[in-house]
Amino acid sequence: MRQIIYFIKKFRYFLLFIVLETLAFIVIIQNNSYQQSKFVNSANAITGGLYNKANYINEFFHLRKDNQLLSEENARLKNLLEARENKFVLDSFTVIDSSLYFQKYDYSTAKIINNNYTKRNNFLTLNKGAKHGLAPDLGVINSKGIIGVIKNVSPKFATVLSILNSNSNINVRLKNSNHFGTMVWDGKDYNITQVIDIPRQALVKAGDTIVTGGKSAIFPEGIEVGVVKDFKYAQNKYQIINILLFNDMSAIGEVQIVKNLHKDEQINLEQSVVNE
Amino acid sequence: MNNIALNNVIRFVGLLFLQVFILNHVNIFGHINPMVYIAWVFLYPVRKTRGLFLILSFLLGISIDFFSDSGGVNAFAITFIAYFRLPILMAVLRKSDLDYAQFNLKTLTVNKIILFISILTIIHHFIIFSLEYFSFSEFLNIISSTILTSIFTILISFLGFTLFTKKK
Repeated sequence: MRQIIYFIKKFRYFLLFIVLETLAFIVIIQNNSYQQSKFVNSANAITGGLYNKANYINEFFHLRKDNQLLSEENARLKNLLEARENKFVLDSFTVIDSSLYFQKYDYSTAKIINNNYTKRNNFLTLNKGAKHGLAPDLGVINSKGIIGVIKNVSPKFATVLSILNSNSNINVRLKNSNHFGTMVWDGKDYNITQVIDIPRQALVKAGDTIVTGGKSAIFPEGIEVGVVKDFKYAQNKYQIINILLFNDMSAIGEVQIVKNLHKDEQINLEQSVVNE
Repeated sequence: MNNIALNNVIRFVGLLFLQVFILNHVNIFGHINPMVYIAWVFLYPVRKTRGLFLILSFLLGISIDFFSDSGGVNAFAITFIAYFRLPILMAVLRKSDLDYAQFNLKTLTVNKIILFISILTIIHHFIIFSLEYFSFSEFLNIISSTILTSIFTILISFLGFTLFTKKK
């Protein structure tokens, strides 16, 4: 017994060191697994609150740019409305088809209060949380493209797994041909992401637009993501396709949250097929 | 004694906020963010009892992790250099024992301070980037990030150290 006490006393700092490092390592492992929600995140009251305060000052410097983005989007949406109205006016009689009003997605707004884009694995913090209807695995987009997927929520804040993260896999397709692929990020340039697994019969040209695919239950189909910058075709397949994003990931503020109202139905159906 | 404790509290909070609100967003050349918060390890008084120092270093690291959503990466790295600070200091000074009560980083020569800071910074950054990338195939990225970020961390730490220490 005395020997054990002596041992512990002699190596107490080393033991403390081992305990602390093990704790840190457990947190790292938990953080790297995609399924588990993590404990150490910035969506808690303290960090979220402080980021909110800092952002309150910071956002005044972007007012001009934000206004311009908003008015651009307004113009785009008004054009869409205009096109729609014309179509209805041309009809000689009114048809009220309830299936026309089938709502698949629900949108709400939020603000990014902490943005990261230089690390290998980037996370963002939003100023809204579970109290505002946010939940894990909702999509985050803005007027120019996709931003990421919500990972953790607290009552008032949420963290977002950015598309600039090694764990991010987003289903995308070519706008003109419906060939699907997966968008990943190699960690080098925050304006450029990579698409892999595009089938070899797809015709890819530099300048082609990439949009979100409808395979995932998170994002609506057809949100524009970026254009093909260049690609490498070797051994009879596309090795890598570099995508220049429409979004400037270093300057994003106001975002929209997409909630797929039929996600559970889709996932349950897909699961039941797998289980059979 | 009280004065030292107060100093440490201010330094802890100051370095934490400096790191998460300013230095994590400076993006030198588009992607370099110096990690000056490890100046905590350089500046904490060297004593024979190291328990509190290890625990506080861990807490500083995990606080940075909470803010920057990096898991336990910073906590792991800063605890590591906190534990190996004393052996490295001995190696730099080429001594086998220290006069703990009298020891002060300010009394060292500039070369030795830079060497001491550099060794700890490079070890810390190498651990951080290894854990962040978490793959052998990106070894070159890890090395280049470590070197580039270390240069700026060492530069800023050393400038801060010389500016804010009073010469007697």
